[in-house]
Parts: sequence; structure tokens; C-alpha cells
Amino acid sequence: MNGVAEYLRVTDLHAFYGESHILHGMDFRVNRGECVTLLGRNGAGRTTTLKAILGLTGRRTGSVMLNGREVISWPAHRIAHLGVGYCPEERGIYASLSAEENLMLPPQVASGGMAVDEIYAMFPNLGERRKSQGSRLSGGEQQMLAMARILRTGAQLLLLDEISEGLAPVIVQKLGEVIRRLKEKGFTIILVEQNFRFAAPLADRMYIVEHGRIAAEIGKDEVEQKQTLLNEYLGV
Amino acid sequence: MSEIFGVPVQALMGQLMLGLVNGSFYAMLSLGLAVIFGMLNIINFAHGALYMMGAMFAWMGLNYFGIGYWWSLLLAPLGVGLVGILIERSMLRWLYKLDHLYGLLLTFGLALIIEGLFRDQYGVSGQPYSIPEELTGAFNLGFMFLPKYRAWVILASLTVCFATWYVIEKTPLGAYLRAATENPQLTQAFGINVPLMVMLTYGFGVALAGFAGVLAAPALQVSPLMGSNLIIVVFAVVVIGGMGSILGSIVTGLGLGIVEGLTKVFYPEASATVVFVIMAIVLLLRPAGLFGREK
Repeated sequence: MNGVAEYLRVTDLHAFYGESHILHGMDFRVNRGECVTLLGRNGAGRTTTLKAILGLTGRRTGSVMLNGREVISWPAHRIAHLGVGYCPEERGIYASLSAEENLMLPPQVASGGMAVDEIYAMFPNLGERRKSQGSRLSGGEQQMLAMARILRTGAQLLLLDEISEGLAPVIVQKLGEVIRRLKEKGFTIILVEQNFRFAAPLADRMYIVEHGRIAAEIGKDEVEQKQTLLNEYLGV
Repeated sequence: MSEIFGVPVQALMGQLMLGLVNGSFYAMLSLGLAVIFGMLNIINFAHGALYMMGAMFAWMGLNYFGIGYWWSLLLAPLGVGLVGILIERSMLRWLYKLDHLYGLLLTFGLALIIEGLFRDQYGVSGQPYSIPEELTGAFNLGFMFLPKYRAWVILASLTVCFATWYVIEKTPLGAYLRAATENPQLTQAFGINVPLMVMLTYGFGVALAGFAGVLAAPALQVSPLMGSNLIIVVFAVVVIGGMGSILGSIVTGLGLGIVEGLTKVFYPEASATVVFVIMAIVLLLRPAGLFGREK
């Protein structure tokens, strides 16, 4: 690892799906070891931001600096190899693969990934269901699996999209613990969340996204004094 | 001589074997079509022409360069695979996001062009290609004579089909392939070079057709028309089995070959149409095919 404190810097990022212009100049940065949340309403452009970082949108302009390298023109499969792991909103568990095949699918992108035993210790359910077809897993199991499979690869920057969505409170709580442990292990994390109460205790900083750009930045210790601002943007 | 339903066992077994040989070709070709369709979303109408190209390459290799059957079995599919990769890189990759219809039209056009080029050079009459020495003659099984070459075609085809199935369903490489078929975007986001896999998949799929073509060369006559004669039946096989199912295409290919063979024994008049009658029935009762999944 090089000594750059900044893992990701996004500057004036515009992204398009066909004719529709979704991101209108996103600007933000994420430091190594930080957990940053992108908050905002549905359709504000948070998922698209993650996809644009990964090279999964249509045309994009601006700058995405990853680990000190400009990747705006890179194809998606090369970007992952800079140590980026992606957990998509719809979880993306492959129905035609078993749980174990899903876990083993993403190639190693850096050294220092978690061992399979360590992962099964973190998510005991997955160990029990390793032979099950991806489509047979419960929503919670699918979410755990979607997280687990990017921990194996050595990725140091995790892009997690709405991981608490649609899950039972117990499982959401479990996911919160997992995120805390990953922070302790030094992972850099971007959480896209609607669930403010889930994200707030985990995040070092929060960005509020609206109309495809950053509307506000809120530090961990500013949450109370900026409560009205938060209410205004999120309706919490 | 013993009989079954009034048909001599010898004749019955003979047609059954012939059916299995035909079924072997159906299986290899529909397997290639299934793999290509799954990954590229393209109905490869050029498949028959590339099968013919495999046979023609074997014939040309022998007559111009003295390359024998066994080397052809390796080299001709490689050549056809390379032609496929060229087609994929230069044409097909622009069509993935469009409707199936565009891929079908393009590959249909390609089939006509490839066939036309060979017809222009070699005419429409068949060129003989002799059975390699090791495989001439027949086994006497007691109840029938089994020509060695037929046995070889069935064995080779089953081996290739089973190996393909195994690689796709049971190995890490196959898991990449299944993942890229199911969700190419996400698979690419994990750092897997999906465009490269797509290219190699097309190359492999048509190389299977080329391999079938070389196998067919000594069994049938090598002719520029041999592909278009076969491909219509193969598409019926694919429709019956269900587009995109690996095992389904193998099983359906072999099964329909046998059905065709048996029809030749019991009601020869229907042997050319029986596959299409089955296709019509399957389409009415199970539009996604016997092994296909409804989308």
C-alpha cells in the first residue's frame, strides 16, 4: 500500500444512462480507513455514484482517482483490481451458482483477503448453506453472502449499497456489528443508505446527495447541531 | 431372424445406430448454439455454415496440404474458432444490446455469404472424404454389424459434449461463465474480463460446430450445402430442448436423433417431419422448451 491518505477522490463526476443525465458533478473524497455514508432520497443518484466509480454506467466525465490513479476511462474489470469490492443494492447473488460458488467467484484483487474459514466464522449461516443454490437462500443469507464474497478478495475499499434494506431488525443489527469489525480491520467503506439510524452510528462522515450532486457534508460530531438540515433533506 | 413389432432386429438396430449418429451431430451443434445464446444473447444462424466450414477445412487440409484426419480433428476446429473470434470482434459485439432479431439477421447473412463463397469455389456436388484407416470396417456385435466409424462419431461426440457440460457446471471457469451469463455487469465489476470471455465463448461454440463438421466429413459427403441441410433440424432441436440449457441441448439432440431413426423403421414417410411435429407440440405445451426456464 502506498502512503496516500486519500483512497478515493471524485471530482466533478457526471454520469449518463443513454440520454438521461443522472450525476451532475459529484465531488467528494474518502480517506483510507474511513467509513463514509451517502444519504439521500430514492433517485438522488447514490447508487449511480457507486456504479460510476466502478465504470458500470454509460458515459461518464470528470475524475475518479482511486488509490492515486485516474480510472475514469478504465473498463470495469480493471477497476476492481485496484482493490474495490462491490455489494450491489439487489445483492446480485447468482441464482445458477451455489452459495459456495458465489463466495469463491470474485477473483483475488489484492493480497490480504480474509480466509474462507474466517469468513464462515463471521457468517456461520453461510457455512451451513454452502451447497445450497443461490436462489434458495433467504434475504438475510443473500445479504451476508454478498458481503462475504468481497471480503475474500483482498479488496480494501468496499462499496455497500443499501445493505440494510428489507431485512429483519436482528439481521440489520448483525450487519452493523460486521461493519464495525471491518472498520477495526482497517477497511475503507462507502455505505449508501436510506436507513439513517443504521448508518449514523457507523459513519465517520456523511454526505447528503440530492439531484446528482453533494448537497451537504456532515461530520460525525455535527449530527445533532445539523439535525434540522438532515430532516429537511431526508425527512427523518 | 428375430423381430420386434414385425421389424427385423438388424434393421431396427441399424436405424437406431444411425439415429444416434445423427443425434450426436444435433447434440454438438445445439450445445454450441445454447452456449452462445446464453452468453451472447445471439441466435447464431451461421452455425450450420461454420459446421460446413469445419468439414471443408478438413477436406482442403487433406487435398492441398496432406493433413490427415486426426490432425484435422484438432486444426479445423481451431481454424473455425479463429474465424468465429474474428466475426465476434468485428461484427457481433455491436449487437449485444439490441433485440435477438438483429443478431439472427446478421448471422443469417453471414451464413449465406460463407456458403456462397464455398459454392463459388467448389460447386454444390459433394467431395469424397475417406474414413481414416484405423476406423474402417465394423464390429460384429452378434445381433448386428456396427461400423467402427459410427461408433467413433458417437463416442467422440458424447465425450466432447460431456466434457463441455462438466467444465461449465462443475469447474471455477464454468462458474465464471455462468455468472457472466446471468449478470455480466456485476461479474465485470468483480474484476472478471467479461468481454474476453464472450469472445472466447463464441470461438468455442463455433469450434464445436467445426469439430462436428470434421467428424461428419467421412460419414457424409463434404459439400457447401451440408450445413444448411442440417441447421434447420438443429434449430428445431434447440426449440424443443429449450434455448440456453446445456444439458437439455445434449439430451434433446441425442433423443431426437433416435426418434428420427425409429420413425424411419416404423413409418419412413414421416421421418423427415417427425422432429417438426414434436417441435409444434412442445411449443404448444411448453413454450420455453423441455429443459428451458420461463423468463
